Amino acid sequence: MLRVEDIGVRFGGVHALKGVSLTCPAGQVTGLIGPNGAGKTTLFNIVTGIQRPDAGSVHLDDRDITRDSTEQRARAGLARTFQRLEVFGSLTVRENVQLAAELHRGLRRRGRSPVELADDLLARVGLTAVADHQAGVLPTGSARLLELARALAISPTTLLLDEPGSGLDEAESHQLGDLLRSLAAEGTAVLLVEHDVQLVMRICAHIYVLDFGQLLCEGSPAEVQADVGVQQAYLGAESVAS
Amino acid sequence: MDTFLALTVTGLVTGCLYALTASGLVVTYTTSGIFNFAHGAIGMLAAFSYWELTASQGMPGLPALLLTVLVISPLVGAVIERLLVRRLGTASLEVTLTVTVGLLLLLIGIANTIWDPATPHRVQAFFLGDEVTVAGVVLTAHQLVIVATATAVAISLWAFLHWSRTGVALRAVVDDRELAALTGASPTRVGQLGWALGAGLAGLAGVLLASQVSLDATTMTLLVVNGYAAAVLGRLTNLPLTFVGGLLLGLCQAWAVGYLTLDFISQIQPVIPMLFLFVALVLSPQARLRVAQTAPLRAPSVPGARRTLLATGSFLVVAALAAVAMPLSRMGDATHGMAVALILLSLVPLVGYGGMVSLSQLTFAGIGAVALAKVGGGPEGLLAAIAVPAAVGLLVALPTMRLRGLHLALATLAFGYAMDDAFFSNATVMTDSLGLPVPRPLGLDDPRGYFFLVCGAFAVCAFGVLALRRSTLGRRLVALGDSPAGCSTLGMRVRRTKLGVFAMSAGMAGLGGALLGGQQGAVGSADFGLLLSLTLLLLAVVWGVRTVSGVLIAALLLEAAPLLQDHISGVGSVVPLLVGLGAIGLGKHQNGIVGSVVAATRRRRAVPNLPQPRTEPPIREEVLTSAQS
Ligand SMILES: Nc1ncnc2c1ncn2[C@@H]1O[C@H](COP(=O)(O)OP(=O)(O)OP(=O)(O)O)[C@@H](O)[C@H]1O
Ligand SMILES: [Mg+2]
Repeated sequence: MLRVEDIGVRFGGVHALKGVSLTCPAGQVTGLIGPNGAGKTTLFNIVTGIQRPDAGSVHLDDRDITRDSTEQRARAGLARTFQRLEVFGSLTVRENVQLAAELHRGLRRRGRSPVELADDLLARVGLTAVADHQAGVLPTGSARLLELARALAISPTTLLLDEPGSGLDEAESHQLGDLLRSLAAEGTAVLLVEHDVQLVMRICAHIYVLDFGQLLCEGSPAEVQADVGVQQAYLGAESVAS
Repeated sequence: MDTFLALTVTGLVTGCLYALTASGLVVTYTTSGIFNFAHGAIGMLAAFSYWELTASQGMPGLPALLLTVLVISPLVGAVIERLLVRRLGTASLEVTLTVTVGLLLLLIGIANTIWDPATPHRVQAFFLGDEVTVAGVVLTAHQLVIVATATAVAISLWAFLHWSRTGVALRAVVDDRELAALTGASPTRVGQLGWALGAGLAGLAGVLLASQVSLDATTMTLLVVNGYAAAVLGRLTNLPLTFVGGLLLGLCQAWAVGYLTLDFISQIQPVIPMLFLFVALVLSPQARLRVAQTAPLRAPSVPGARRTLLATGSFLVVAALAAVAMPLSRMGDATHGMAVALILLSLVPLVGYGGMVSLSQLTFAGIGAVALAKVGGGPEGLLAAIAVPAAVGLLVALPTMRLRGLHLALATLAFGYAMDDAFFSNATVMTDSLGLPVPRPLGLDDPRGYFFLVCGAFAVCAFGVLALRRSTLGRRLVALGDSPAGCSTLGMRVRRTKLGVFAMSAGMAGLGGALLGGQQGAVGSADFGLLLSLTLLLLAVVWGVRTVSGVLIAALLLEAAPLLQDHISGVGSVVPLLVGLGAIGLGKHQNGIVGSVVAATRRRRAVPNLPQPRTEPPIREEVLTSAQS
């Protein structure tokens, strides 16, 4: 379970985040939406320790990890994917996942071998066909799925996904939704940032809406959809644009 | 008190020169995003052009200065931008670095070809003989000119950047290239302008410096490298801070010269700018974890265990045949080449796999040779030749592991440069002027036996490097080179991995250096110089630093270069020219020659339905369009 409290961060004089608190319980998919530049990725960076907050704290399974390094957080069970891809482009697709499994396993020799685990996870996200290809030449959608498989290889208790659905077609995106739901059903806390509103409404149990670095509202999909402020700030703009 | 004043004044004058070069560097870096290692070489070229115009063609000083600084140098800068820099786009650091370092060597090669280094070139100071006395301190008119010019440049740069339209566009690009593009400023045009301006500043510093030192292509180029420290203090982007950094550096150096008279300290005195650079780097704030995704390269395939074994075996057979059949007169060169190959091999895990560019690999090789010389030729000597450089590598790496990319490369540059001056030129280390005698390891005095020993060492290390690549540590390294952020979010202990490979690579280079020393019988300061280090790195990257075969070819080619030299008369030094040209060609074939050949053969055996290369939408555009809607 992930809990962030009262997070604030500034870039220069501008508040990128201000007083943001949210909870992401185990066993469900929690949504985090908001227009471009709302601060979603920045929040992910703070939660994973890539960036330090100016205020507030981050708790993982009721332990304060605000001062921990990125590596320590990963070892504590936190995994993420990136909006701007961070796949290991010179390794093969299988090696990407295998490496993550090896990092998780460390020096222990028990349990499934990293290669087996990698092949299972690739099958799960549907990348078996390209397992031996160099990851750097994958199209965006597949690369995002690879990042998901890689994140799963460290057996996270909390999983942060930054726009995993962009670059996928409708059918693939539907499959992704099913996969995320089944992950949640297995007990993982999933925090999903996604611009595909349909996907978010379909699979999230609870949704937070971020705008200009502040929480605009939160609630069930129905409640969020009914909120006037949200419609103006986000859903409205989206429907105008499309 | 008088000494203090005098030292301060000298320091400020030197500082002005540093500030001038450094500000040129900052201007090119901020406008094009590429750190121009050839900056010093452009200054050097300007100094020689100035000599040509004045001493050789008889032009008076001022018009020659104006012509050099306002026309020739900016033109050189603009041409470089047009032909080289623009093509680089989003190339990886290892490529942009190689291309600009290649340019540096090329310019040195050109200068040495046109202006024979054997004949001295002297440039007269401005207003020679005129002196002014200020508060009891005697200043030459030339020094006054330097201070006045630097002040004028500082003020006009500031005014230009803040008041003129072009200057404002330049600053906008510095702040954010993509955003500036959307508002109408053309980053390409601004980049070209930045390079012209930067080269002009390099030229100005070069001409002003020319009369203060003897005009020598290498010395001049490296002198300007001192200015890097000031640029780093200005975080490579901040001009006022850069100027302050330059002055500070000049002052530190002058005071150190004046007050630190202890024997040991006076020996390390020339190293001060490099210490300054090192400290500035270690203390510099690092941008948060963020890798710019470089264009996807087709990485060379990794040979499997059986192929590796087969290749190593065949190599040893060939080596054995060569050891028996080769004429004795060629034995020395061949052994030398294999030792160099071992040094280059040490770059494969570090640069090729891990993407950490080290500019001082020869320094570690030199430490290995010295360790062997001091401990003796037995097995314990060979062990020391590996362990001592590895330990030094660890020491250098510890404070710098936080650094990434360019900063790490600069830190190794500072280390290599400093060791050049303080260690390899030090009488206490190198016992006598003819160099330090190095014994043949294991008492192998027979040249054929020794050749085979070196080949064997290479084979073992090459096998080890390939095995490493197939291991989890190898995957870690490659992943680290591709995406540090990805690594740490998966729980990799990044620092530990980097330290480990740095120490290992230094140890391997040390072994290579020791074997090289054993072949030569003695080593001197010229064997491990910084320029040679750069040349080797370039050769490796040009031929393919990601592959063992690439570095092997590179080393053998370097050995063959003197043969080539005999056939081309009139060219000062063929190696820098060739290496420079090769490195520049790298802009097109970024995987190195071997990598490109491998990729070409693999393309013929096309993989069925390979997905399209991914294209990332520029994120800034999203932000902007949503803001407009
Ligand atoms: N390193 C940085 N320096 C300065 N400003 C930054 C930095 N990173 C992000 N910002 C700014 O902070 C704000 C939030 O950015 P962030 O990337 O978190 O938004 P987002 O919600 O993820 O948007 P998107 O939907 O486009 O991904 C933006 O205005 C962005 O320009
Ligand atoms: Mg984002």
